[in-house]
Formats: sequence, structure tokens, C-alpha cells
Amino acid sequence: MKKLIPLVLIALAVTGCGSDDTTKGSADRTLTVLAASSLTGTFTQLAQTFEQRNAGVHVKLVFDSSATLAQQTIEHAPGDVLATADQKTMDDAKTGGGVDGDPKQFATNVLTLAVPSGNPAHIATLKDLDKDGVDYLTCVTTAPCGAAAQKLLAGNGIMRKPVSEEVDVKAVLAKVVAGEADAGLVYATDVTASQGKVTGLEVPGAADSPNTYWVAVAANAKDDALAAQWIDFLTGGEGKAVLEAAGFGTAG
Amino acid sequence: MVDAPPRLGPPPTRLVLAGAVAAAFLLLPLVALVVAAPWDRLWSIVSADSAREALWLSLWTSTIAAGLCLLAGLPLAWLLARVAFPGRRLVRALVTVPLVLPPVVAGVALLSAFGRTGMIGQPLREAFGTQIPYTTVAVILAHTFVALPFFVLSLEGALRATPLRLESAAATLGATRWTTFRRVTLPLAAPGLAAGLVLAWARSLGEFGATITFAGNYPGTTRTLPLDVYTALQADRDAAVALSLVLLVVCVLVLVTLRERWWGVR
Repeated sequence: MKKLIPLVLIALAVTGCGSDDTTKGSADRTLTVLAASSLTGTFTQLAQTFEQRNAGVHVKLVFDSSATLAQQTIEHAPGDVLATADQKTMDDAKTGGGVDGDPKQFATNVLTLAVPSGNPAHIATLKDLDKDGVDYLTCVTTAPCGAAAQKLLAGNGIMRKPVSEEVDVKAVLAKVVAGEADAGLVYATDVTASQGKVTGLEVPGAADSPNTYWVAVAANAKDDALAAQWIDFLTGGEGKAVLEAAGFGTAG
Repeated sequence: MVDAPPRLGPPPTRLVLAGAVAAAFLLLPLVALVVAAPWDRLWSIVSADSAREALWLSLWTSTIAAGLCLLAGLPLAWLLARVAFPGRRLVRALVTVPLVLPPVVAGVALLSAFGRTGMIGQPLREAFGTQIPYTTVAVILAHTFVALPFFVLSLEGALRATPLRLESAAATLGATRWTTFRRVTLPLAAPGLAAGLVLAWARSLGEFGATITFAGNYPGTTRTLPLDVYTALQADRDAAVALSLVLLVVCVLVLVTLRERWWGVR
């Protein structure tokens, strides 16, 4: 039942059960990082390196929609660092008192049109989304990937609407991987992370208005020093290398 | 003369306290919801097109789901209560499974069956070009799937509670089993049937996990009020609270109305 795995991924994505709690051990200090779900792969990798560098430190990762996480920091949910997939959600967190200090931009990402392997609906360009019978997905417009998708679809004159607005980008990707949709607007990095399960088609205009990724120390942080250390690590050479390898832009 | 209760003594304090705590625990979040409501913006939030659309969708899909529960659940409940067929206990156990299943798992199961790549969904798509996910039909299917066990089990209980001798009497007077079912069994079980329908309807109205997993989330077609609450929560908590309040009011209104009509106020 190969089909079962993507379906389980859908369930996980939909319920937001994205927290990584697999690393065991007697950790002395715990750093909780709330991160946009498009950062799942890179942050998981970076967290492992960070733990190796800093003995006794355990990094707990929580992945969800940036909007949800921003809201959670405002409500002082446990978390030391907030990383969002656009400026708006970070601004919301800052306005609501969810983060301290000045948020730093650390990466950029562009939207791309993902189609399942085999491309059953024969989609060649973004314009094909306007064809009858093509079912495509976007993120819900409150999520950065949804806001960006809405702008690009309008900019390209696509009239047909998505069949569903998923809660975050991983939920869109999971449904496209499972063949439950003909296409979905996800980030270029998600296509890279899917390892060939989906193919990415360039979206005209996407490169001109990339999403910017922002990171800041949460107002509710238990360990400010460790949070600052994570941000330095992320914006330093090693962090950039991992992000670039995954397809993020790190200029600026 | 005062009808004196038997000498059991006053209720034990510990039971009274524990009971009061339980009642307070159930009530407190609802009170908090009312208190937290953004009263100044309430009307503009709940009268927005998106909210009205979601409420309407919720109301009519739940009603159809309750109707489907009646059509499919009544025969099944009767079979379980009145016919001793082999494997009856197994069937009853299977009916109970969706009752305890986490709704999101129900959604994944429905996708496996009726999804575009599902066991039934794929042949259906290849043969007729139709698909179920992302349509309101999927919402109704998800609702029915989670609500049907509630209906069947509550109706089966009601059927079992109706005395078999009345049906036997009808049979001795020459009634066929079908006539007995229509004229004797069904009227006797009517209160249980009504209770089952209300339960099924209310369960449908609140359905979230199976719907968002299986049907998707799009305004007008699949975004029911609980999904609208969840979507609003991503960006605007006040709006989510206001929409939750609508759902709460609808539930309370329906339960109060139906209670008066079907069980009488005591």
C-alpha cells in the first residue's frame, strides 16, 4: 500500500502534527523553534548540527503555518524562536507583542507550480490551471504561501479558483504527491524536498516577488541567549549553505 | 402531607463537590467564549458573506446527512435489534468503530476509498470522469460517515427497549412483518428515532477533521462553519471566537427547540 504513506502525511499536515520530538537524551537546555512548515527539511537538518555543536542542547521543532505560529507567539505559547515565511506574519507577531527585538531576514523563496509525477492533467504552464477539469490547490490566503499564490494567480489572469485552500504548504504538497490534485502552488524548495515525487513548473512573475523569511526571538523565550545563538547560526555561513542547498535564496 | 424521601441522609459533600467541579469544567470554557467575543465587531464578522455562506452550507449538509442516516441507519438498526443473523455482534462492533475513530483518521479512510486515487474513487473517475473530493458531496459523505453510528446505536437501543410482545400480538392478528414494522415498531421507537436524528445532525454540524481531510477547504463548496472557524483562527482570533459563538448559539437553539417538541418540558 504505497498510497497509504502520502495519505498519512496528509493527515499529519492537516492536523498540524508536525512537531519533531524524536531526539531523546538528557538535554540540559531545550530550544523550541517555531518555524514555517516550508522550513521543515532545512531546520531539521540545522537542528541536528546545532545539537552536535552544543552539547546538552536539545532543539525542539514545531512546524505549522506562519500565521498560526505568529498567533501562538502572541498568545505566549512555549517557544524561543519564531521563523516565518513572509514579512506580514512576522510584522503581525511583532505588533501583537509576540517577538522581541528586530526580526532578521534570512532567506527568500519563490512559488512554483507542482504537478504529480506523470503529470496526469498534462499541465505545461500556469495558464493550464484555467482549463476545465484541472483541480489545483493553494494554501489558505492567511498563510504566506496562500497570499503569494493569490497575487500570482491574479497577476497571470487565472480565472478558475483552486478546489481547496489547504492550511499550509506541506498539506498542499502532500495532496499533490498523493495524486489527490492535478497541481498545487508550493515553494520551489518543497519541490526539491519531494525528491522527484512532484515536478515544479515555473510560475511567471514569481521570481520578481519572492517570499522573504524572517526570524526573531520570541517574547516568551525561556532562553534568550540560546535563541540568539540559533539565529546567528542560521544567518551564518553554515545556515546559509544548508538553506541554499535546499533551494532557498540567501542574498542580503 | 409532604412526600418525605426515604431516610438516606443528605448527599455526601465529596460527591456534591466533585459533581459541581465537573459541571463548572464543562460550563467555564463556554462562558469564556461568550466573554471573549468581540461584541463591537460581532455583527460585522458574523454577517459577512463568508460566514453566512459557511453557516448555510453547514446547516443544509448536516440536514442531508441526518436524512441519509435515517434512510440507511433505520434498516440497519432494525436488523441489529430484531433479526438474529450470523455475525450480528461483529456487525454491531464494526458500526461502533467510526464512533470512536478520530475524525481525521475517518478522513484518511474516506480518501483511501473515495479519493481521486482511492479504491472506489479512481475507477469512478476513470469510468465517468466524476470525482468526490473537493465537492459538497464529499462534505455530506464525511458527515454521514461520522454521524451514522450515533444514529444506528441510539435507534437500536430504542428498538430493543420496545416490548417484543406488542409485535407478536400484531403478528397473531395477521399483520405481516412489514406492516408490524410500519405500524407498531416504528411508532413505538419514534422518540428514540428523533433523538438519534438530533444526535446525528449535531454531530454533522460539528464535524471538522474528516471534512477538512477528505473534502478540502474552499468557501462555498466545502468550507463549513467549523472549517471557517479554523481558517479564521489562522489570522484573526476575534473572528474565530465570533464564529464559534454562532455555532454555539445554533446548537443550543436546536437542542432547546427539539427538546420541547419531542420530549416535552419537565
